[in-house]
Amino acid sequence: MDYLRPRTWQDAVALKTENPAAVPINGGTDLMVEIKFAGRRPACLLDLSHLQVLKGWRKSNGTVELGAGVTYTDVLEHLGGDLPALAIASRTVGSPQIRNRGTIAGNLATASPAGDAHPPLLATGATVRVESMRGVRDVPVGRFFTGPKQNVLEPDELIRAVLVPAARGPQQFSKVGTRNAMVIAVVSFALAFDIPSRHVGTGIGSAAPTPIEAADATAYLEQELDRGGYWEEHRDLPAGTVDGFAERVAAAARPINDVRGPAGYRVHALRVMARRTLRWAWSALETDGTHAH
Amino acid sequence: MGPRQQLDTKVRDRTTHARGVGTSPPRPDAPLKVLGRFAYASDLHIDGMLWGATVRSPHPRARILGVDIGQALAIRGVATVLTAEDVPGHRFYGIKVADQPVLAAHEVRYVGEPVAIVAADHPETARRAVEAVTVEYEVQAPLTDPESSLAGDGDPIDPGGNVARHVRIRHGDVAAARSRAEIVIEAEYRSGVQDPAFLGPEAGLAVPDGSGGIDLYVAAQWIHDDRRQVAAALGLDPGMVRLTLSGVGGAFGGREDLSVHIHACMLALRMGRPVKMSYNREESFVGHVHRHPSRIRVELGARRDGTLVYSKVRLLLDGGAYTSTSQIVIANASYFAAGAYAVDHVEIDGYAVYTNNPPRGAMRGFGAVQACYAIESAMDRLAGELDMDAVELRIRNAIQAGDLLPTGQVIDGPAPTRELLDHLRSLPLPPKRPAAGEDLRRLPGGVGNTTHGEAVVRGVGYALGMKAIGFSGGVDDISTARVSVSVAGGRPVAEVYSAASECGQGIVAVQAQIVRTELGIDSVTVRPADTDIGDAGSSAASRQTWMTGGAVEGACHGVRERILERAARRLGCSPRDLALTPHGVTVPGKGEALVGLADILGHDTIEHTFVYHHRPTEPIDDVRGQGNAHIAFAYAAHRAVVDVDTELGLVRVVELATAQDVGRAMNPQAVEGQIEGGSAQGLGLALLEEVQVEDGFVKNASFTDYLVPTILDMPPMNVRLFEFPHPDSPYGLNGVGEPPTLSSTPAIVNALRNATGLDLPRVPVRPTDLIASLKSDGSPC
Repeated sequence: MDYLRPRTWQDAVALKTENPAAVPINGGTDLMVEIKFAGRRPACLLDLSHLQVLKGWRKSNGTVELGAGVTYTDVLEHLGGDLPALAIASRTVGSPQIRNRGTIAGNLATASPAGDAHPPLLATGATVRVESMRGVRDVPVGRFFTGPKQNVLEPDELIRAVLVPAARGPQQFSKVGTRNAMVIAVVSFALAFDIPSRHVGTGIGSAAPTPIEAADATAYLEQELDRGGYWEEHRDLPAGTVDGFAERVAAAARPINDVRGPAGYRVHALRVMARRTLRWAWSALETDGTHAH
Repeated sequence: MGPRQQLDTKVRDRTTHARGVGTSPPRPDAPLKVLGRFAYASDLHIDGMLWGATVRSPHPRARILGVDIGQALAIRGVATVLTAEDVPGHRFYGIKVADQPVLAAHEVRYVGEPVAIVAADHPETARRAVEAVTVEYEVQAPLTDPESSLAGDGDPIDPGGNVARHVRIRHGDVAAARSRAEIVIEAEYRSGVQDPAFLGPEAGLAVPDGSGGIDLYVAAQWIHDDRRQVAAALGLDPGMVRLTLSGVGGAFGGREDLSVHIHACMLALRMGRPVKMSYNREESFVGHVHRHPSRIRVELGARRDGTLVYSKVRLLLDGGAYTSTSQIVIANASYFAAGAYAVDHVEIDGYAVYTNNPPRGAMRGFGAVQACYAIESAMDRLAGELDMDAVELRIRNAIQAGDLLPTGQVIDGPAPTRELLDHLRSLPLPPKRPAAGEDLRRLPGGVGNTTHGEAVVRGVGYALGMKAIGFSGGVDDISTARVSVSVAGGRPVAEVYSAASECGQGIVAVQAQIVRTELGIDSVTVRPADTDIGDAGSSAASRQTWMTGGAVEGACHGVRERILERAARRLGCSPRDLALTPHGVTVPGKGEALVGLADILGHDTIEHTFVYHHRPTEPIDDVRGQGNAHIAFAYAAHRAVVDVDTELGLVRVVELATAQDVGRAMNPQAVEGQIEGGSAQGLGLALLEEVQVEDGFVKNASFTDYLVPTILDMPPMNVRLFEFPHPDSPYGLNGVGEPPTLSSTPAIVNALRNATGLDLPRVPVRPTDLIASLKSDGSPC
């Protein structure tokens, strides 16, 4: 196994072009497990973990740009205000040690249907910035995943950053695991309100070959909120609206049976989580007028 | 009746040494383990060693038509590849019955069964060599359902038939008693496959001694019995095989059977070089035995006032592909299938059968766990039918000293069942959950943020457990220890030498504590355990502190006698007029030493070796299962308080309270550690831990998908130690390791039943089991 340790980001991009089979490693929380446990033997590793330029984040024009080295702990400790759903999701990732090393970009690169960061990134309309010697392109997260553990990255491309719109409304994330911590999602759900644009975003994890949005559900909810004048006045949502949203979220799922749980349970749980997260987010809006305009 | 007074604090006052019996001195291994510096067996290293690896069966049942090792041998760095025909001695081994092939020759009976072994200069090379060995199989239909196995479906797995043992216990007259019962309940309870889930994988290092013998450093529970089996397979005199205990990263019964032992030695002897073997996590899941999955049918008859009239239990344990300890696990499950209750009419039939599932064997609680889960579930069911308080029902029937077990043995030690339950019942319940603002970590689903209180209901459940301590059924069990005393730097120092296996339970610290108490010597070294000294028996059956504690105490008494004889000769008096204190030899009752220890010993070492036996027992008979099979019994009870999210089926155990009779807490901190750990393992069986086996294949062989409780799953524990001194044991102690694992599981499941009103006939309880509107496969009811 070859091991490449570029000095700079530019070197890393160049090395990836020269060695398209090189597998990037940052926190190593997925890759090392695959090597140690699953016997995966990449011909070459491209180590990005020491590149300081990837470790920072900045906010400009209402968007938070997370460098590819930003960890779950970073998000949890510093970005809960701007990225609440991603922060709640980060808190559910593994153990403190895993959160200290694992990165948001690494979660995208692995592209597991169960990746905890994915539903919040989908719900908030995040964008993945990828780079190669051919240039930079921005891929909406909704178009990033192509299959189980597959994404749109070309062999010469590396993830440079993840751009996440800062919250302009309440957000929620909920994850069912059989254990109360340190568990891979049996099913997960994220919900984000963008009040100024009157938009609702959703993300579902572990219930389809890739993380998915519940487009019917968001369209339905936006329509109901429009029709009832709820954007202007944050009254209690009718139970029918909450249930209608939850049914459509559940209907979006295409889960499988596996060792972590049966498909039917995943659908059932999604319905419950959609109902609950909608109520929590909406009640935050009712009690906290700051997102109203 | 047995002794009834509670000595709780009085006993501890008797301690003569600040770090002696009854105290909790720091454990020598604790700082190293916390800092990550403790050398486990997987850390073993010697220059020039080769790495061994194992070729395993990919089929649950197949004939072996041929093994081609040519390609593997051709890989650069591969030293050797060995198959069944290379086994130098007996080709079969086993802890009780030698029925497991060292390497499979003609057939494989489970997925993961070893077929060949390789040695190479690097673990990576060894891994590639394993992949390069080609085994030609003729695949056969596996038999994986224990009921089918019992019914005799298909070709028998074992030439002797599929029943490893049928235990039959007949006590009183159930047929006649049935007509006197005013209420009868019948239920079947099932438990899944629990893994010991020790963190340190199987590992060992075999070093040839250059004259045909071998030294094996290995993580184990009983190095002497391991040596017996290893020597037989190697065709060597046991004296040529020396085992040294290496760092054990947990055991829980999973190291009673051999793993790397014979294989590492075969490779090392063949190559004349040291060979290390260390399983990875996935391999470890098939490299050790699991807890038997069970199906237990319970029929209880009672009078309206709650008095049990009869108890009829049928147990079926799936023993997997080879015998291991199945025959005694089913015996132990059957002995205690009627629970910790006095019942005059009992009929118990216990079966352990072979299947093509991975072998099942010893695991903490040893059959009594499954039995306790079933009977304690049935007791709550009966309480419900009687509309009676579940604790009241238990207390009314709880076994007492002087009562008879279903095996006819009189309970002659302390049996404080009522005291344990009374104590738990008297404890205040934890406060109600706040209506809002509760920390997520205290709610079902934890940090997953699945509920803020929606659909959460609370329940309380109790359970009482009982099991025998030590080896039962006529075994003359022994432990050997040597204590030596000498002078170093002007001060007396002591050394303890035994083969007792430290699996994390604290036996090293306890041995030193006993020497301090008995001889008053501060500085005590416990030597590494090896087979150069006599047998200490297994760190199993909650026996090690009792047995090796007794051996160390006996050795200390021998040393003291010799010291006093010497002092008496010097002082010209009788040894009977003298006493040994921390300051030296004194006249009893007088403080000042007549002569210091250093003076008496000079440059000499005084040592004594003692072999401890427990009181004799007998096997039960084959017809009615009667006999005085046990040396002692231990009792524990739990109260569990749970919160259940009835929409998502998620659980948070709010509190676990337990009371246990420990006889004497030799090291209270270690005892509490055992109780917390055992309770956690019981929680795991109740809610999380299951090796999922489908058609003989393990589906979740990793700690990603085999879930053990984390600190956010374990609630705070309220632990109460009762110290009723045991009449037959050193210091009045009782075994403590297993009992907490018994009652923890059913207490939690009874609390879940109390919260939800559901039957919950199976553990682990899965989320779908807790949602009234879903079937277990997730489809709507």
